[in-house]
Amino acid sequence: MADPMKIRASLVGDTTEVKVLMSHEMETGQRKDAQGVVIPAWFIQTVTVTHGGKTVLAAQWGPAVSKNPFVSFKFKGGAKGDKVTIAWADNRGDKRTDEATIA
Amino acid sequence: MMHIDRGLGAGRRAAALAIAVALVAAPTALAQSSAAEGIAKYREALQDGNPAELWEARGEGLWKEPRGPAKASLEQCDLGLGAGVVKGAYAQLPKYFADADRVMDLETRLVWCMVKLQGTSDADARKNPFGNGTDRKSNIEALVAYITSESRGVKMNVSLAHPKEAQMYKVGDKIFYFRGGPHDFGCVTCHGADNQRIRLQDLPNLTKVEGAQKAYTTWPAYRVSQGELRTFQWRLNDCFRQQRFPELEFGSDASIALTMFLAKNANGAAFDAPAIKR
Repeated sequence: MADPMKIRASLVGDTTEVKVLMSHEMETGQRKDAQGVVIPAWFIQTVTVTHGGKTVLAAQWGPAVSKNPFVSFKFKGGAKGDKVTIAWADNRGDKRTDEATIA
Repeated sequence: MMHIDRGLGAGRRAAALAIAVALVAAPTALAQSSAAEGIAKYREALQDGNPAELWEARGEGLWKEPRGPAKASLEQCDLGLGAGVVKGAYAQLPKYFADADRVMDLETRLVWCMVKLQGTSDADARKNPFGNGTDRKSNIEALVAYITSESRGVKMNVSLAHPKEAQMYKVGDKIFYFRGGPHDFGCVTCHGADNQRIRLQDLPNLTKVEGAQKAYTTWPAYRVSQGELRTFQWRLNDCFRQQRFPELEFGSDASIALTMFLAKNANGAAFDAPAIKR
């Protein structure tokens, strides 16, 4: 199981600003190790953010996103105390879901 | 609106190349300041989502989790302000610890606590000071990230009141100015004058108070190019490698002496790490 995400969600005016830091290797599959053997690709493929049962962000990622990715986005309709749920799944089938409260 | 941060993207690399080309054409001083500006902007852009926070979170978990043969947490570890006090502890390290009868920096103290509180063998506690990506994460680096983050904003206040502390500082001073090795190199070769650099990286002048303050208070740091959080022990270790000196042993008196020298010279500045560096 991967390490937890760091999530900050705050209400600015009528928009909710969400900042997420994920712990992931994001290996491209292009690199070789010290022995010259290709390091297999290992990266997050899908990111889904839900708020109140509604998907507010859905993303498909590839190997071009860097290690320990940082995502920042805004959406309308959030209120203080609401929960924002963020889930990712990688190409090895590993998953992680974390939740944050809008402050 | 979505913003995805990429480590060293193609655009970034192209920009670096453009700067390198500009270096050839433009007067050095001009190219140098624009490169430094570019790097400063780059750091600012990354500051918001500093992955060091992931290390801080892992370190906090490790600090509180019962581990080792004694199944004890590190929460009773005395970092100099009393057992279990983490807040502000890093800003007054290294310091003399009567129980160990030795001047210790944070890393050495952590090893000591792992041995005394958790019953880990000394060799096991110090065998993995620097992580290596996926396959070998370092617990020391994570613990250091957590503990140093608890000193953010605290003014550096290292004491030389104890004779052994004063002696450590003096030894560190000596090592800093000592030149040797195959290139007749010393710390002072790169860090003893203003406006020195390695490639496009500005090097701090550590013989000046501002230089020492700026450098010491921004370590540990997340190194984007390595995807790892690096501690001050790592910084010193790598400087020794770059000087072609014999390997600086982790937690050795030499490493503590140099840390003491630089930490003391940074006194008065607010600690501002874990930071983020190229």
